[in-house]
Amino acid sequence: MNIMSSSISNSDTIAAHYVDEHRDDEASKLGMWLFLFTELILFGGLFLVYSIYRMMNPEAFAAGSFHLNVSIGAINTVVLITSSATVALSISALQFKKKRLTINLLLVTILFAFIFMVNKYFEWGHKFELGLFPGGDAFNALEGGERLFYVLYYFMTGLHGLHVIIGAALIAWVAWEVKVGKQTHDNFAFLENAGLYWHLVDLIWIFLFPLMYLIN
Amino acid sequence: MSTENHSHHIVSFATQLKVWIALLLLTWVTVTVAYFNFGNMGIVVALGVALVKSTIVLTYFMHLKFDSKILTAFLVLVIVIFGVFIGLTFFDYALR
Repeated sequence: MNIMSSSISNSDTIAAHYVDEHRDDEASKLGMWLFLFTELILFGGLFLVYSIYRMMNPEAFAAGSFHLNVSIGAINTVVLITSSATVALSISALQFKKKRLTINLLLVTILFAFIFMVNKYFEWGHKFELGLFPGGDAFNALEGGERLFYVLYYFMTGLHGLHVIIGAALIAWVAWEVKVGKQTHDNFAFLENAGLYWHLVDLIWIFLFPLMYLIN
Repeated sequence: MSTENHSHHIVSFATQLKVWIALLLLTWVTVTVAYFNFGNMGIVVALGVALVKSTIVLTYFMHLKFDSKILTAFLVLVIVIFGVFIGLTFFDYALR
């Protein structure tokens, strides 16, 4: 055994076609988690701002929240939870070597993301018609605390909505990689990481929904 | 480090579906509870249910139960740091 082969691998024979992929799934996942931590702190800071202002303006926040549509919020909660489940199922499906099922589950996830954003469009659109947006007439007529509530509502659900769009784009990319065979039953780090991102989107909504829609 | 020797744990379809149903039930609980007037307890119940839901998502959907424990340790660290952040800010506002 010469010095070269011992530095490459412990195995005695290396097939001629063997190509080192430089793959480390665990490190790749750890990297994704480190990014998710920054996301948690980003939204965490916003939740902190929300808590302080709510503590200082309890009645105004309750009044602002009263005008949000609980049904749309609840439907979107169910939509996101279900889409989280379909992503989780798609990872199991790929591990079971069910490629077609994996792709279909990912496409269903994208469909749910689309439904979420359509609901959001109608929800925001209705408020815009009423002039309830920063700078709108109805908004300007509100007292300070309630305006704070709406600013936080638009900023936090808006930033969350941006994450939904990015997450859906990532999942579309992953679905394509599954289709062309770049993600396989024993090599699916990207699918897992995109899934983690999508679950984070769900996680944030789990807190946004009761804090924004259900104060009463 | 070889990735072949630590085999990936596969979460069964049945487990994923049970987790999904549990999350839906907890959502129903949050919405239902919101229509009763618990006063200041309302926020406690809402946040309590949200914490349970997020723990379930982290444990099963985000796979923390089956992955290296270093990820869970890091997450706990981040939550503690955030907790300190919240604590200090509230302390500041409470004592103004």
